[in-house]
Amino acid sequence: MKQLTAPRIDRCIGCHSCALACARLIHQRISWSCAGIRIHSAGGLSTGFMAVHCLACDPAPCVTACPTGAFSQRPGGGVVERKKLCIRCGQCVEACPVDAVSVNRLGEVFVCIHCGRCVEFCPQGCLELAEMAGGLEAPR
Amino acid sequence: MIREAFRVLCVDLGTGKGRIELLDGRNLVAGGSGLAALLDGRYGKNDLPWDAAEQPLIFAIGPLTGYFPLMSKTVCAFRSAYHHQYTESHAGGRLAHALRFADLDALVITGRAGRLSCLVVGDRHLEVKDVGFMRSMDADAAGKLLRRMFAKGSGHRSILRIGPAGEIGSAMACINVDSYRHFGRMGGGAVMGVKNLKGIVVQGDGDFAGPAGSAYARLFREVYRQVTATDMMRKYYSLGTAGNLQGLNDLQSLPWCNLQRTSDPAIAGMTGQAFADATLLRNGACSGCPVGCIHIGYIREKITGDNRYSYHQVAYDYEPIFAAGTMLGVTDPFAVLRILETMEKVGIDAMSGGVALAWATEATQRGLISREQTVVPLRFGDAAAYQQAAEFLGRGINDFYRLLGMGTLRAAAAYGGGEFACVLGQEMAGYATGELFFAAQTLGFRHSHLDTGAYSREQKNAGRDVGQAVDFLIADEPGRVILTSMVACLFARSVYTDTRLAECLAAVGLDTLAGSVPEVAEHVRRLRWQTRIATGFDPDALTIPKRFYDVRTWKGPVSREYLDALKQEYGRRILRLAADRSGSDAPLGKEGN
Repeated sequence: MKQLTAPRIDRCIGCHSCALACARLIHQRISWSCAGIRIHSAGGLSTGFMAVHCLACDPAPCVTACPTGAFSQRPGGGVVERKKLCIRCGQCVEACPVDAVSVNRLGEVFVCIHCGRCVEFCPQGCLELAEMAGGLEAPR
Repeated sequence: MIREAFRVLCVDLGTGKGRIELLDGRNLVAGGSGLAALLDGRYGKNDLPWDAAEQPLIFAIGPLTGYFPLMSKTVCAFRSAYHHQYTESHAGGRLAHALRFADLDALVITGRAGRLSCLVVGDRHLEVKDVGFMRSMDADAAGKLLRRMFAKGSGHRSILRIGPAGEIGSAMACINVDSYRHFGRMGGGAVMGVKNLKGIVVQGDGDFAGPAGSAYARLFREVYRQVTATDMMRKYYSLGTAGNLQGLNDLQSLPWCNLQRTSDPAIAGMTGQAFADATLLRNGACSGCPVGCIHIGYIREKITGDNRYSYHQVAYDYEPIFAAGTMLGVTDPFAVLRILETMEKVGIDAMSGGVALAWATEATQRGLISREQTVVPLRFGDAAAYQQAAEFLGRGINDFYRLLGMGTLRAAAAYGGGEFACVLGQEMAGYATGELFFAAQTLGFRHSHLDTGAYSREQKNAGRDVGQAVDFLIADEPGRVILTSMVACLFARSVYTDTRLAECLAAVGLDTLAGSVPEVAEHVRRLRWQTRIATGFDPDALTIPKRFYDVRTWKGPVSREYLDALKQEYGRRILRLAADRSGSDAPLGKEGN
């Protein structure tokens, strides 16, 4: 299974085009935070940026934490989300060790589904949807 | 969120309380420049001075902010500390998106805080916090501290702050936006200063449903492709605006040493390529802009003799390089960045500060002022002296620097030397292209080279027909006004034609506005001028110093007759269009104002 990676995030210019694309195309929202990938400054703008997204854990702690089965294990790492089953308890948000599950004011959660739709909207080529054979990239 | 009404947060710093207002007028003024003028009409006090607590400080975004690429700027409107009239300044950074995701079309700040304060707003947040301990703190340190104090939302918030220049009410004080962008001109920083407002944090923590259907996403993709996959934006993200240095020098249109000349062989070490090769550390972008035109250079400082260094990052562009470089005779890129860094820290506009110090240098040469005033001797090319002088100017360490900070002509009125003050309504932008630009900046709405395309037209057109030239200025302005009402980056003006804007507006459901783009542009242009005129704008009161008549450009010597005729005619046309009431109340006939 392919996974979203950010192997060249050091090139990031902080335009948020990836997050805006995810929100727009996957979640039908206008947002830079309700998205499976979010850009944060790494200690102020002078220190560059980091992409916060699902690192495709297997087994995924957010799946274990989910009490309703809304999150289930994605083969090869990550999660499959069934929004209809979600009761907005936020336990997946708490369980994620890298803060990759975001939540809005209504309690809706947003997590990367490793679809790669954001990749083409990165003007710097920071992102990649790649087959991960021998392990994950270093967390960024 | 797309809605017909404007959602505006009005905060009174005197009480620390705010209220949300929903205002009509979307189809009349769109947003941005138009909304700011509308809000000034509602909250501005023409019978009170610029620094009265009641005067509003307005931040406005447009209907397409957050919805399309390069809709990435914010309009800041206020009564200027420089000329005491209504004005606008524009900045990028994260502010526009932060306001959008705080679900605000505009933020209006009135009143004066009892103590130095920071205003924090968000989708679900309003707080006025005492930051008295930040008094006199430079803009860099203030930014770091504000980030630490309001840690929530890293990457999704915008942090505005002023340096000491704003606190002392300098008319050259800027508002720093997210470290590398600025509301630079006309003294917006002083307006924050008189309001006892050191910083503003906007948390963009909301989200909205996207437009229904697939048309919006398709159009977004097309616009995105246009700005990233074609060469349309290359000049902005490659060398950036600094790429203009060589060309303007070649055209004898680059001001050197207080505009004593317009070309110099020393340009070889000061080109955009030279800056990129030697100093460029990385690039950055405003939120929502995949072009990424921000160029951030580096300087490093030796702390001690034992190979101990610190390093600093300084954004550069054509205009700051002209002001802190060629205008001061400084020809080393790292030296230019050092001067700019000092200006950043004290919080003065680089263009205004550089041009003011260039005048002070020539005034020194001519014996009009001495070390008694400047404290450090000023000499063209002496970068270390300019670094110190920039600090003195920003902090207003004596009467001379405080007066100079209120405008070069104010200092010249006291010390002499008005004839070589490079002021065109405000300290000049870096285009000594000739008569048309000199007249256009002198009378332009923001006294900015971006008010019209005069500087660009004049690089290609040597004609001297007053009627044709002024027709161009008048015809060019509405297209820029509609972009600053959306609020698009003006670098995107070749992408966002009236037709494209109409498509974008329709795609987000603003069909009425989409159907009247040219009419709204004209209406907003008129409304802005009417607002400015009501606060004292008089074209006849603005003069062009002798230095501009002595300039030699690629077209040859400046013609006094042509320049005077241009200014006279342009001023007349501005007053005429502002006085034209036909259709000014309601271009669409559907909404009250």
